Amino acid sequence: MAEHHGTGGHALQGPARGPGAAQALAVGHPQGAGHHAHSEVGVTGIDNRKLGMWLFLASECMFFGAFIVAYIAYQGKSLSGPTPEELLNIPLTSLSTFVLLMSSLAMVLAVQAAQQDRQADARKWLLATALLGLGFLSFQAYEYTHFIHAGLTLSVNLFGTTFYTLTGLHGLHVTIGVGWLLALFLRSLKVGLGRAQALSLELAGLYWHFVDVVWIVIFTLVYLMSVLG
Amino acid sequence: MNEREAARAHGAVRGHAEAHGAHEGAHVVPTSTYLKVGLVLAVITAVEFGIVYVPALKPVLIPLLLILSAAKFVLVAGFFMHLKFDRWVLAGFFAAGLILALGTYLGLGAIFAHRGG
Repeated sequence: MAEHHGTGGHALQGPARGPGAAQALAVGHPQGAGHHAHSEVGVTGIDNRKLGMWLFLASECMFFGAFIVAYIAYQGKSLSGPTPEELLNIPLTSLSTFVLLMSSLAMVLAVQAAQQDRQADARKWLLATALLGLGFLSFQAYEYTHFIHAGLTLSVNLFGTTFYTLTGLHGLHVTIGVGWLLALFLRSLKVGLGRAQALSLELAGLYWHFVDVVWIVIFTLVYLMSVLG
Repeated sequence: MNEREAARAHGAVRGHAEAHGAHEGAHVVPTSTYLKVGLVLAVITAVEFGIVYVPALKPVLIPLLLILSAAKFVLVAGFFMHLKFDRWVLAGFFAAGLILALGTYLGLGAIFAHRGG
């Protein structure tokens, strides 16, 4: 996906004329005067890449929705152990949830810094996001190792099947996200991470935040509600 | 940039963005707002962790956890994903996905209940 660097100072049309619009260009407009990252805007008035990302995320809602439904539908129907109450570690998962939430905060700060052309800050927050994502994956790897040693495998019972499928697919999304963030970080060493790259970073950010909101749901339905038996 | 200046700039940028579609996603949200949202998310997670160990709250635990989870979801989607500031059509797409997912849940729930589950 090519990013087009405009020349800035595009013609304002209709209601955008006037002091408000001028101020918009003057005060921290992420794609205002100077480099433009705007491109491929369709009839919706929204960048096609951003529109595509939101449509993808909408389809992902249904994707994860199906697996969450499967987990809930088969909850308590395992014929043998181990059971969720025996295994799930709420304190540890609360900590990993906190790590993922803070990675979302770091991500939004990275996008903001890029939009304001603060390249060093953008790189710093982007790397922090990726590292926090790796931290979350480390918690998940530890959890899986513990569960497997406790006898919970993918095929041992319905809990194992639905739990590993749901959390494993989420973990796969996090892994892809971390790879994407690290790729952006490495690319930024070559081409920078300012206004011209802000849209690319924003798209990665949307994906990353989505992974976060999916975990918010999983944490509540799978982990916290397990105390109810 | 203080909160008032940022809000004014945000209003101006938003007006410009709405009039000029190419600049979708152009918002000036103060850093302090993001930090406050991050803090609230951390506090809600701590509260969630705490209340599951309070026996007296067991009867109301499910609605409580769902409300807290929904609050976190809305904060991340609204502020971090910028749905609060972006075009409504993007929120519409996301909501459509969520509604279909919820429909799947309700449909399957009805099937399982009908079959005696």
